[in-house]
Amino acid sequence: MPRRDDIHKILIIGSGPIVIGQACEFDYSGSQACRSLQEEGYEIVLINSNPATIMTDPIMADAVYMLPMTTDSIREIVAIENPDAVLPTMGGQTGLNLCRDLEKENFWKENVIKIIGVDIDAVELTEDRQLFRDKMEEIGIEQCKSRTAKSLLDAKEIKEELGGLPIVIRPSFTMGGAGGGIVWNEDEFERKVLRGLEMSPVHQVLIEESIFGWKEYELELLRDANDNVIIICSIENMDPMGVHTGDSVTVAPTQTLSDKQLQHMRDAAIKMMRSIGTFAGGCNVQFAMEPGTDRLVAIEINPRVSRSSALASKATGYPIAKVATKLAVGYTLDELKNQITGTTSACFEPSIDYVVCKIPRFNFDKFPGVDEELSTQMKAVGEVMSIGRNFPEALNKAWQSLEVGRDGLGADGYEEFDRKTVRERLLKPYWDRSMQIRNAFKLGASIEEIADITKVDPWFLQQIRYMVSLENRTEGQALKEISKEDFFELKQAGFSDSQIAFLLSKSGEKVDDKKVRDRRKELGLTPSFKMVDTCAAEFPAKTPYYYSAYEGENESEITDNKKVLILGSGPNRIGQGIEFDYSCTHAVLAAKEMGYEAIMVNCNPETVSTDFDFADKLYFEPVYWERVLDIIEHEKPEGVILQVGGQTALKLGKRFVEEGINIYGTAFEMIDFAEDRGEFSKFLKKLDIPFPEYGTAREVEEAVKIADRIGYPVLIRPSYVLGGQGMRIAVKEEELRKYVANILKTHPENAFLIDKYLEHAIEVDVDSVYDGEQLHISGIMQHIEPAGVHSGDSTAVLPPYSLSDEIIKTIEDHQEKIAKNMKILGFLNVQYAVKDDKVYVLEANPRTTRTIPFLAKATQRPEAAIGVKVMLGAKLKDFDLESKLENWAIKEPVFPFDKFPEVKKELGPEMKSTGESIYFAKDFNDEHFKKPYEFKSLYLSK
Amino acid sequence: MSLNERKKAILALSDGTVVHGKAVGYEGITGGELCFNTSMTGYQEIFTDPSYYGQLMMMTYPHIGNYGTQPRDDEARKVMVAGIICRAFSHEYSNTMADRSLQEYLEDNEITGISGVDTRKLVRHVREEGVMNAVISSTEMDEEKLIQMAKNWDDMEGLELASKVTSSEAQTVNGADDFRVATFDYGIKQNIINNLNKRGCTLRIFPAKTPLEEIKAWKADGYFFSNGPGDPTATAEYALEAVNYAKETGKPMFGICLGHQLMALSEGLKTTKMFVGHRGANQPVKNLETGLVEISTQNHGFAVDEDSLDEKIAEVTHINLNDGTIEGLKFKNFPGFSVQYHPEASPGPHDSAYLFDQFINMMKK
Repeated sequence: MPRRDDIHKILIIGSGPIVIGQACEFDYSGSQACRSLQEEGYEIVLINSNPATIMTDPIMADAVYMLPMTTDSIREIVAIENPDAVLPTMGGQTGLNLCRDLEKENFWKENVIKIIGVDIDAVELTEDRQLFRDKMEEIGIEQCKSRTAKSLLDAKEIKEELGGLPIVIRPSFTMGGAGGGIVWNEDEFERKVLRGLEMSPVHQVLIEESIFGWKEYELELLRDANDNVIIICSIENMDPMGVHTGDSVTVAPTQTLSDKQLQHMRDAAIKMMRSIGTFAGGCNVQFAMEPGTDRLVAIEINPRVSRSSALASKATGYPIAKVATKLAVGYTLDELKNQITGTTSACFEPSIDYVVCKIPRFNFDKFPGVDEELSTQMKAVGEVMSIGRNFPEALNKAWQSLEVGRDGLGADGYEEFDRKTVRERLLKPYWDRSMQIRNAFKLGASIEEIADITKVDPWFLQQIRYMVSLENRTEGQALKEISKEDFFELKQAGFSDSQIAFLLSKSGEKVDDKKVRDRRKELGLTPSFKMVDTCAAEFPAKTPYYYSAYEGENESEITDNKKVLILGSGPNRIGQGIEFDYSCTHAVLAAKEMGYEAIMVNCNPETVSTDFDFADKLYFEPVYWERVLDIIEHEKPEGVILQVGGQTALKLGKRFVEEGINIYGTAFEMIDFAEDRGEFSKFLKKLDIPFPEYGTAREVEEAVKIADRIGYPVLIRPSYVLGGQGMRIAVKEEELRKYVANILKTHPENAFLIDKYLEHAIEVDVDSVYDGEQLHISGIMQHIEPAGVHSGDSTAVLPPYSLSDEIIKTIEDHQEKIAKNMKILGFLNVQYAVKDDKVYVLEANPRTTRTIPFLAKATQRPEAAIGVKVMLGAKLKDFDLESKLENWAIKEPVFPFDKFPEVKKELGPEMKSTGESIYFAKDFNDEHFKKPYEFKSLYLSK
Repeated sequence: MSLNERKKAILALSDGTVVHGKAVGYEGITGGELCFNTSMTGYQEIFTDPSYYGQLMMMTYPHIGNYGTQPRDDEARKVMVAGIICRAFSHEYSNTMADRSLQEYLEDNEITGISGVDTRKLVRHVREEGVMNAVISSTEMDEEKLIQMAKNWDDMEGLELASKVTSSEAQTVNGADDFRVATFDYGIKQNIINNLNKRGCTLRIFPAKTPLEEIKAWKADGYFFSNGPGDPTATAEYALEAVNYAKETGKPMFGICLGHQLMALSEGLKTTKMFVGHRGANQPVKNLETGLVEISTQNHGFAVDEDSLDEKIAEVTHINLNDGTIEGLKFKNFPGFSVQYHPEASPGPHDSAYLFDQFINMMKK
């Protein structure tokens, strides 16, 4: 069936602000959905309160409503826009829940709005544990074995039936599963059963077999209106059951299932999808399999696109959200072409000829006291994906992508570990499990031992042990002697030049990555670039989506066009997330408009900028020096853009300068200079611009002396960090000593600053673009919270609500002076503190910031594009710079404290929020202004 | 053990391309038509599929051997491919249900292979240049000699191979119901037998060249023509006698792969050798009668020629969505149907298993 003609205007519900478990991936799917519907000529109405998203850009929809994610907002929009369909499956659980809540009030029917992409009953069925269980039983899909106990005696009998401990206890009808949990030993058992029986209003507990430690899998499905179902991707979790799939290291495709087992899973998944409704769209199904058997149990099914479907899209090249949207408006799979090959059908199951590895990124460092043990509740804030021609290569690349200071899976100088720590670290699931497995092998542990305590499938352990065997072989060798074959094998296993340098240095010779690189090239070992084509090369493909591998043939052909390489920002984390993807996406589009071939490099699967058809060329690679340089040596671009990739890209700046690679925009020396507080303060002094008193220290005593001189409270800040990592306010010497000691542990190589902390000052954040002649102020944002709360965690109001014209004028003058004298070309962000009518400069950042997308949405000016175009030579006078903002726009931060109940909410100079929403206020009687104003100083801590 | 400690091997193509890698399986020299399969699981089923008899099987998925081997994954009594080619061979495996590693399995079956080669490059090469013969060697390392051997290797076109893989004597597999299916074994996969048998059929599996009298004497309720290797026109030279007899009986007939081609040839249709062939477990086939699409397992280098089709003889029931080639036929002059692809899967999706039911239903009438 071709597209539906009975609908014309479609409402898409977004997922709102970024929170743990629902992040950037929904901007990726939402943007694909918008583009997919645009292609079909539908009118699109969108609701999403997250200003940092691409989907809320005017290029994506006909009408964008940045309103709070509530049923009231949707009512309001429907009253104005009168859409005839709603697509709720692109906005995560938020989208589905809003749709369901309105369905319960019969809202959709009353307004004659069709729900597309999902059956509303399916939402209920998949969210209600009991309904799901009953449905699975009805269609013959196996579940965990369980039985209801009404007494302790019953419970004991059932426990024996289920084969003993561990087992899971679930009291019936308690809120949020209260009183339940896994039971490991006999003592706990009786206590927990009795407690459960007491807590349950019907005095019953479900005793369920524990599948902790079972192998965990996911399948991504698509179905059309004809009931054709295809599986886009199979994913295997390296971390077995017990760890949330979002927190697990995952691998695609499955590695340890035989075809019979995989097909059994496929059959079950299709049956499950068909049992929950007849909708056309996407679905994600999770399974557990008992090791050593064929026993398969269904865990859950999600009738929407998900984090995993975003990963599956990037892993296979198949645009799941895009196709799911087409299916939702009536197309059948056989009517659609595979856009990657351009010739074959979209109705097929991708075959890949590489290994994909995902590692989640955590931010525990931001939350002292947080329980780092991984569990069934997700704690990760982002993830990286890597592609290799074998698992070792993918795993090493993933570690290079993570930006946790590692050069791969170990062998990089962090060699301080002992048997006891490694064992303790392996006994429970932690984020660095793969690294600890490697450490255990390094200490001589056996596969059996590690498999026994971690339950990780031995195949993965065999692969890691192989990697360690390569390390061990290399350790005794010298750079000159290492054979080409051995070198090649290391590179094929994904080892970085830095890791190899570290290993070779063990024989006494001092070797660095540069020497290794030179030798490697002398031997003719350079990577090739292979295409991601959905079909394992069976058919020719058109999509310029590549990854590197040490192999014979290079598939990435170089054009004669003038090219620019844009570096992405790596994994999402607190302080550096979706906002940078927003800027990267616009950088790609802006570069194309300026006549460049835009080449994107990033390793974050949740991003829009790495969608298969955004950039002219996409390299899905770690934003890691060696990998980036390999791409540059292959592509030979005119230059690189670093200013849109956050600290990730900027950190590499020095090396670009050393290699003589052109950096667009502000000279790198100036970017570097802004980080050097000493030089920067001298610069401000010369310009007669005030700044808080400060001193630079490298050790504790020095810091104490400075604090004594400038007076407490003081602000301690390491250099080259984003999101205020490690920043603290100390009110007395004791605290200062403690914080400095911490910084020295995490950032031993950097000097740090001791600033005078301006108490009760007003903080102002200013973004601008300078083209060498003219300054364009993108926005002046006044924070409601006092200076000392990180700008990312503050409620920011645009324009300022209580600053005098004089102060604003002073700020504008300062901004222009700084821009002019720093020879800015492109973005400049300056943060100010206003105290007693005096304007102090706190810091300057010559790059895009988190607030650029907020400003773009508030003013309806393409701020990111303007900045990038200026970097590439455009002049501000040629842009329409008029702001369309009426009244006030408020940026409201969203925090993850509900996910970390053991951590108390306190705000300080280190950023803790995961996302934000935008709110347009008419006046200051609005709750969105009044409330943060009332609480403005409440959480300020340190 | 690191890769570099492993024994070397060479793959030489008839067009002069030479690739170096590591020896896997049995040490020796082997050759055949170089073909590739895009299935990401099911290597053991593929290696034991008689339709691949005499071919060098290159797996596009890099890691092969991960879960070892076990008897239940055999599709025939021995390995049928002539050699294997892969990117990253798992010498170790993880599967407590397996009885051997793939390495041991290949050694036991005396199958030579090569790993550590850029299979993707070779797939692209074959895709552009068309199928060709090749030789794998872990004993003779003279490149020129090996290229020459590849050049001299027998071409698949015109090759009769079904008789090499068919069973040596007829055997009966008893089923629960009364349907008696005369099953012609041109290299039948175990899972076809399983699929018919679990639906209640009693099978009499006849070797490819069974005398007609023996077949007549068994008095079947339906006739099944199996998959198998080689050029269908070569097999047709002796096999059409049985096909034509089955047609005369007026009983339901079902053919898969080579069986499909034989049924088509018996009606005067033609078969041609394809440029690359279809080999994988992700091929979309559209059923023109229902409009539904099934994801199918495919393994064929020859196909029924569309141009030879005559509406009075057969109706196309299934097509390949990627290239539009004929995937299924319903015959007009007798109660029979056939498919080019593999509804028994193994490896691959089970979407097309309904065809076995369709055959049973025809016999019920």
